[in-house]
Amino acid sequence: MSASESPKTMNTLQAVNLALDDALASDPNVILLGEDVGDRQAGGVVGATKGLSSKYGDARVRSTPIAEQAIMGAAIGAAIVGMRPVAEIMLMNFTTVAMDMIVNHAAKLRFMSGGQTHVPLTIRTMTGAGFGNGGQHSDYLEAWFAHTAGIKVVAPSTPADAYGLLLSCIEDDDPCLFIENLPGYWTPGPAPMRGQRIPLGKANVVRAGRDVTVVSYARTLNTCVAVADRLAKDGVDVEVIDLRTIAPFDEATILESVARTGRAVIVHEAVKSFGVGAEIAARINEHLHEQLKSPVTRIGAPLCPVPFSKALENAYIPSESAIEEAIRSRMSRKSR
Amino acid sequence: MASTQAPDRRTLLDMYRRATAVKQNDERFRAVIKSGKITATYYSPRGQDIIPAAVSVNLTDQDYICTIYRGIHDMIARGVPLKPLWAEIAGKVTGTCKGKGGAMHITHPATGVMVTTGVVGSSMPIANGLAMAAQIRGEKRVAIAYFGDGASNIGAFHEALNLAAVWKLPVVFVCQNNGYGEHTRYELATSAAKISDRAQGYQIPGVTVDGNEPLAMYAAAKTAIDRAREGGGPTLIEALTFRFYGHVFGDADAYMAKGEKEAAMARDPVVRFRVWLIENGHATEAQLKDMETVIERDIDEAVEFALSSPVPDAAELSRDVFATELTR
Ligand SMILES: Cc1ncc(C[n+]2csc(CCOP(=O)(O)OP(=O)(O)O)c2C)c(N)n1
Ligand SMILES: [Mg+2]
Repeated sequence: MSASESPKTMNTLQAVNLALDDALASDPNVILLGEDVGDRQAGGVVGATKGLSSKYGDARVRSTPIAEQAIMGAAIGAAIVGMRPVAEIMLMNFTTVAMDMIVNHAAKLRFMSGGQTHVPLTIRTMTGAGFGNGGQHSDYLEAWFAHTAGIKVVAPSTPADAYGLLLSCIEDDDPCLFIENLPGYWTPGPAPMRGQRIPLGKANVVRAGRDVTVVSYARTLNTCVAVADRLAKDGVDVEVIDLRTIAPFDEATILESVARTGRAVIVHEAVKSFGVGAEIAARINEHLHEQLKSPVTRIGAPLCPVPFSKALENAYIPSESAIEEAIRSRMSRKSR
Repeated sequence: MASTQAPDRRTLLDMYRRATAVKQNDERFRAVIKSGKITATYYSPRGQDIIPAAVSVNLTDQDYICTIYRGIHDMIARGVPLKPLWAEIAGKVTGTCKGKGGAMHITHPATGVMVTTGVVGSSMPIANGLAMAAQIRGEKRVAIAYFGDGASNIGAFHEALNLAAVWKLPVVFVCQNNGYGEHTRYELATSAAKISDRAQGYQIPGVTVDGNEPLAMYAAAKTAIDRAREGGGPTLIEALTFRFYGHVFGDADAYMAKGEKEAAMARDPVVRFRVWLIENGHATEAQLKDMETVIERDIDEAVEFALSSPVPDAAELSRDVFATELTR
């Protein structure tokens, strides 16, 4: 796509493709590797890398065997000597196969080498319930990685954010895990400003409000915005914060907001137990205990593998009504 | 082929019954999914029908199988009852796994289907464990690990073959080489000219057979299964085949060579087996027709059962996570 075309809207698949295209064009050290990413394999299972191997060559955009450990190892090795690989792990559940490489190596080499080496690697992966793909293809596992020192975790909620955050991940000097939502790929949104990076570690206040702070990221962020819009008609003024970067997260923006509203709800698709919401709730409690008008609450999936049956899958994903109920119940709690 | 490894007439017909059951069920799955009555991501195994039919006739009721997302043929050939199988794919509470697992994760211990994995390579290490348990207990059970050509490039394959060889486990690794892993052609991702060549690195027998050829496939399966059962250890079988309907049902096939699919379909292994059986006097047209009619009726009943069954209640989300139901 040339800059002169500048579409007004695009979906996340297109935004990711554009970011990769721009990164490959601007830095010869950027390479892509992953299963089926080349154009002979139709540019990826969902077409995220379509056109890129034709444009930049098979040496820089490399389809790999089905071998996540080998993919990640190769990406880490190249990164240590100054390349900026973007390794694609088709689905987040398959990061498990490469976990040693990610957790024991990519995340820790800077520290363990006393800063002599570092790993400017980006791992792209997709996930999310909703397509009936069941227990081994749909998990949100961000908490595992957020709990690992040395790796940044990023999850965009819109096409424009996907573009700007992915460019920042690729240019970042630390390993970044970039999580894309599979069912949300085809939802259009405002197109990004070409070349505009979005800083890592900085949250986005997508909707200002006075009564309750809602913190979310990825697909559930959009659910939260819809709920907030509806509640506004009932006079409940919800502030919605998109984390954008899960780790390290933007504590200052959240604390500033909750200090004003006195109420907080954290929402994610991942299992609630031991999830990202627990960390954020704990930080809010540590810093703002005296200012809270009601206990911080969390919405997440039940402690359960992602179920196959549509009926169960619908009950698994955090619903608008559950989020609305959580917000309303924060409001009805008497201030202390 | 050793003459002792040739199937008798009864076995031939049993093989055909299993293979045509795969074919007929697959045709119906695709039709029902297309009609929208069932929503499921479906990895059609059509074209690979003969392989599990030839393996299954060599198994006893005690034996185990571990298979993969593209495994409906392995299950049907093994004898998983159609009603709960269809109900599982329809996401119903009457399914093999109460609708919780789905088409990619059928489990049916009663017929020895112990694990169906959606993760490439993961059937093999677990099949080793099933075989190890049988070995420790002194049982004569054999474990079959089904997997694809692409899976022979992942670490789990190599670790599993080595372990099975070192421990002489009663396991048979059945690689269904359909020439593609998702959109990637075999040669672009696999260093070995033949996957069976890799067996040599682990000092176990490795054979490549035409998996669409019933007699060859039968002989290879029988040799390997007998060997495993008698304590001779593992074998790697590479069964050459083709998948008729791409990686996932409905996918575009621009990544395939022109005419490749059509050529394979024109040599439909089930149709050829049928013709061969009649031409060689093993069965009459009427006999096979009867067999197919019975299967068709079973499928009718299974579809009806699946569609009319209730969906699982949301309370199922807290059941089967641990031995004790979770309270929230
Ligand atoms: C560890 C892992 N990586 C990637 C995938 C995505 N994936 C699903 S099937 C498949 C291709 C497997 O090819 P092959 O082993 O030849 O089996 P086939 O589908 O051809 O039967 C891939 C890459 C996966 N399920 N698991
Ligand atoms: Mg294959």
